[in-house]
Amino acid sequence: MKILVAVKRVIDYNVQIRVKEDGSGVVTDNVKMSTNPPDDNAIEEAVKIKEAGKAKEIVAITIGEEKAQETVRKALAVGADRGIHVKVDNVIEPLAVSKILKKIVEKENPDLVFMGKQAIDDDCNQTGQMLAALLNWPQATFASKIEVKDNALEVTREIDEGLETIEVNVPAIVTCDLRLNEPRYASLPNIMKAKKKPIEQINASDLGVDINPRIEQIKVEEPPKRKAGIKVASVEELVQKLKNEAKVI
Amino acid sequence: MSVLLIAEHNNKEVRPFTYNAITAASQINEDLHVLVLGHQADDVAKSLSEVPNVKKVIHVDNEIYENYIAENYTTAIIKHAESYSHIVSSANTFGKNLMPRIAALLDTSQVSDIIKVISEDTFLRPIYAGNAFATVKSNDKKKCVTIRPTSFDPADKSGGSAEITKSDPAEASSSTKFLKKEEVKSDRPELGTARIVISGGRGMQNGENFKLISDIADKLNAAIGASRAAVDAGYITNDHQVGQTGKVVVPDLYIAVGISGAIQHLAGMKESKVIVAINKDGEAPIFSVADYGLEADLFEALPQFLSELNKLNTIQK
Repeated sequence: MKILVAVKRVIDYNVQIRVKEDGSGVVTDNVKMSTNPPDDNAIEEAVKIKEAGKAKEIVAITIGEEKAQETVRKALAVGADRGIHVKVDNVIEPLAVSKILKKIVEKENPDLVFMGKQAIDDDCNQTGQMLAALLNWPQATFASKIEVKDNALEVTREIDEGLETIEVNVPAIVTCDLRLNEPRYASLPNIMKAKKKPIEQINASDLGVDINPRIEQIKVEEPPKRKAGIKVASVEELVQKLKNEAKVI
Repeated sequence: MSVLLIAEHNNKEVRPFTYNAITAASQINEDLHVLVLGHQADDVAKSLSEVPNVKKVIHVDNEIYENYIAENYTTAIIKHAESYSHIVSSANTFGKNLMPRIAALLDTSQVSDIIKVISEDTFLRPIYAGNAFATVKSNDKKKCVTIRPTSFDPADKSGGSAEITKSDPAEASSSTKFLKKEEVKSDRPELGTARIVISGGRGMQNGENFKLISDIADKLNAAIGASRAAVDAGYITNDHQVGQTGKVVVPDLYIAVGISGAIQHLAGMKESKVIVAINKDGEAPIFSVADYGLEADLFEALPQFLSELNKLNTIQK
């Protein structure tokens, strides 16, 4: 089996983001960037499947500006075999991302495509499902457990009510939850080795897909601030405040 | 222009967030139709026809819709999509799984997780775990929108009498099979709609200690939440997780116990009306959003809290 894993470069999850004063977006200059957290789970799962002898090749792909390559390099350091970087200059919408990925899937013919269930920057939670639709493949979203069977996957999904288990035939798209596995750290020798693994560069404009925005971002603003609260000295005081001041109990 | 809302239900009852989504959908346009895809879900169709905001219910009954197989749902929805300007659903795991599949086939760029309807094409949505709000305008002819249910009040459930139309099923997918659902049954209120939520984090140290939380939840008729750290550590099941990648809750009272307040947790609860934080680390970020902070060892504070609540009830009697 061949697995294509899509990774996205985002502002690191620990960074407290700042909104630009002109309302055009959030500050990204000199801000720590890293791989979208559930995309790390997607890579880890692909590597585990390969280690179990059930996959032959893992290809990591990212779409973004020049520096987005770092996320592919990191994927190569934890076990992906080769990389693809599709270059775009601007931020593109999940629909455009899924159209680009479709082109790559048609070229690479993977059996499975893995990616994180949601990017923590735009919080859209769309790309995997959209790619599945465009390819007319089955989708297994929010996966917290994957079992590889003959030409099928048994996937446990995290849903609001609890857990759901479905079986999808291969080829399939899986979007990964943070609880799917514990992503490993790359060892120094593997980081060195990853530098020699190939990353193919493709210009999005050469793929012949429409990636123009359909959604206009009119403004980005800070959410209303909560007014500062108080510290209470004791449980008794807390209960009195909740009853008499906030009147919520 | 009319709006098609995809109902979430369990074939017997309408799932509560559908009513919140109805409120938002009817703000987009009053000509709101609801599509019920289900198996022997006549009661669901009937309940929805009684919602005053609903102008028409389309009911498709087939065993292929017994469970939410997004592939099967999508083909049925696409069949009806032509007559509508907007296709909408709630932005919970139901809608998140389903809507992008529809949007891609309609070649529409989806607007996810809206918290306000500004006009029929312009919406407010949180980005970066709710640390920024974006006003976005969709320029697609047909719009696919998911609605953050906790940002809208539930619609009135009775007094209406919309027409129910039956419609034929679309083709089923042979490549996806439902195997099982492990639903956690509880007598407590649902996390997403509860008036009071009490949540535990890594500070709880193990699953048994959540009993301290559940005792208080019983007393207050509250739902139980958890931070991602507590779920990852196996103290409690995933359906309790509050946060950017879990559930977003907006209760009247949110009590965070032993939760440090990581950005991704705050994303799921900081719109709550009143927030209480109990943590022994006075520097924990959770205190920055708390209306009432108690710097204390939770293992001492929680039993005291319960006994103070008990006293209170005695007074009320």
